[in-house]
Amino acid sequence: MADLPDAAACYELLARMALIRRFEEEAGRQYQRAKAGGFLHLAIGEEATIVGTTSVMRDEDFLIGTYRTHGHAIARGTEPKRVMAELFGRVDGTSGGRGGSMHIFDREKRFMGGYGIVGGNLPIAAGLGLASQYKGEDAVTVCMFGDGASNTGNFGETMNLAALWKLPVFFLVENNLYGMGTSVERHSAQTDLSKKAEGYGIPGARADGMDVVAVREAVAEGIRAAREEDRPTLLEVVTYRYRGHSAADPEVYREREEVEEWREKDPIENFARRCVEAGVLGEREVRQARDAAEETVVAAVEFAENSPEPPLDTMYENLYALDDPGGWYAVDERSPEPHRGEREDRMPDSARELAEAGAAYAEQPDDGQRPNPALQGDAQDGAESRVSAEREVGDEGEDVGSERAINTEEDEG
Amino acid sequence: MAELRMREALRDAMAEEMRRDEGVFVMGEDVAVFQGAFKVTEGLIDEFGERRVRDTPISENTIVGTGVGAAMGGLRPVVELMTVNFSLLALDQIVNHAAAIPYMFNGQARVPMVIRMPGGGGHQLGPTHSHSFEALYLQVPGLLVACPSTPADGKALLKAAIRDDNPVIFIEHESLYGVKGEVPEGEDEVLRFGEAAVRREGGDVTIVGVLKMAQVAEQAAAKLSEEHGVEAEVIDPRTLRPLDLDTILESVRKTNRAVIVEEGWPHGGIGANMATLITEQAFDDLDAPVQRVTGADVHMPYSKRLEQAAIPHEEHVVSAALATLEGSL
Repeated sequence: MADLPDAAACYELLARMALIRRFEEEAGRQYQRAKAGGFLHLAIGEEATIVGTTSVMRDEDFLIGTYRTHGHAIARGTEPKRVMAELFGRVDGTSGGRGGSMHIFDREKRFMGGYGIVGGNLPIAAGLGLASQYKGEDAVTVCMFGDGASNTGNFGETMNLAALWKLPVFFLVENNLYGMGTSVERHSAQTDLSKKAEGYGIPGARADGMDVVAVREAVAEGIRAAREEDRPTLLEVVTYRYRGHSAADPEVYREREEVEEWREKDPIENFARRCVEAGVLGEREVRQARDAAEETVVAAVEFAENSPEPPLDTMYENLYALDDPGGWYAVDERSPEPHRGEREDRMPDSARELAEAGAAYAEQPDDGQRPNPALQGDAQDGAESRVSAEREVGDEGEDVGSERAINTEEDEG
Repeated sequence: MAELRMREALRDAMAEEMRRDEGVFVMGEDVAVFQGAFKVTEGLIDEFGERRVRDTPISENTIVGTGVGAAMGGLRPVVELMTVNFSLLALDQIVNHAAAIPYMFNGQARVPMVIRMPGGGGHQLGPTHSHSFEALYLQVPGLLVACPSTPADGKALLKAAIRDDNPVIFIEHESLYGVKGEVPEGEDEVLRFGEAAVRREGGDVTIVGVLKMAQVAEQAAAKLSEEHGVEAEVIDPRTLRPLDLDTILESVRKTNRAVIVEEGWPHGGIGANMATLITEQAFDDLDAPVQRVTGADVHMPYSKRLEQAAIPHEEHVVSAALATLEGSL
């Protein structure tokens, strides 16, 4: 077993993991309250993988991930309240409410995105690495993706290109044993994912994703190889998500016992216990880490609740990198009026009224007429009893059905 | 002025921008040692070396994706996809990433890259090597789409595209690479996107021709004048997004008639879209329904006879223009 780092580092690791855990639990709760929309992919159980990785990155390094990256951004230093505001679709969100849960981004922290397309971030990581190398900069790009992405064409293409061009990129596959609901044994002929890039000349290694110290050590070596030798490597980190693939996952593909077994390996509980037993941290500090997480997350929800909705006249902002697009860059066909293109503030009043009319649909309560698209029809009927976080909201928008939701763990702080 | 072929003009544009900006580099399949499948990148590796002129594996989605990442990292990649046809393999990176990233990350990331792709029919390359996808890329918000028809425009638009902070789909026509034209000299001859060219003035009918069809439209206009006494105004939009609709509308208000010529498929095509815009904006000025001339609604056949019958020629344009004038001649 890898040695513990010093007390300050241990506290930081514990505090970050606890913060992500608490944030994700709260995100799930806010989803049930219909405060967060769309799909919600939680990383509960995967905290050691995330924090172990970011803890050995430099500020100048880039991190790029998947659609399950609330925690990755937070681990890089993005304020949790801005991530929560993004889940709420508000102006203070990391993408001003344009991206949502799957598309968190923080340029300042060099968190280069959450991406909704499986495997879509891999070639982009190669490009970020190429840019650093081309400019003679020391930065390493850390590219994290799931076990499912290792089956995409992008995986093979990017491994080949990164090895061929000797790019300063470190690849980390977060193997949580399922690509959505398909187990790794059922989706990959090679289940030792660390071997999947060997044919491209990229050596692989494996680490225990439930042990933050083990992840740290393995990632540090991969980053070193990328930074000092321009040598991309692949690390498979074996981990587990306690929650479903998304909040709309009835989890028919795995047994409850399996989830319980993995909970025994909980990365936060076990790390805290180890730190206390080793005398590196006291019980008081463990509590302090949890209390701090609680405080931060409660404040994050309050911040998100109070953040304004995006104004309608910002609809076309940042579609193009132009101070004042003007003319026919984008065409507005939401009203019958003759128009001048993309700017809402140039719209005639009647068109503005129609835009407002459209936006008003956002205020309608989710009364079952517009169920989660993943649960429509027969699937919904069958899944109902096992849905992990089905949103049941009354006329006033209040949560009336969260008791029915199973598979939501206790508040573990 | 120098007389250059389209391929030379495009190469000069890249070379000049690479000299001007260290962040500009070229990558694609066979762009370096092979000198480009259509010889557009000829000589670049000799001047700029392998760091800035990069041969890639045949991995279209990853080529574009690497360009996206490099652009987000502060470079200005000029990516060559060997043909428009192969760009279908990169659609995810083009649509879900290059086009979406600036918007979905709310301006925190820019994707200043050019994706060059030659296409079009006429060379008996059959169903998978003869596509015209101007309309496909026009549809995607976040992209700019350029379709130059002359060497001068090719050079000036490509230079502008490289300097632009947005992702640009730069569509070239394989049949135009060898066409010669006068090209102004000077490093700063760039062309603003969204400025159409009026190739020929006339008061009877407006003909808008895209890419190679801009030339076919000009030939048709000459024939209309000689054989029918009809004076057509020919407009080459040069960029489809942004579109210089103002110039087109101004012409239609004068001629009261419009014909749109493109090589691509009819459904959801350039003409379908432009006809709608014209009808919405200038319905009262129209004396006849807007006419479209498009490629045939089939996969491009190999047979030379069938292929030529599938591609619009000046006769089709003349016929469409005369149809808008029916009863008024």
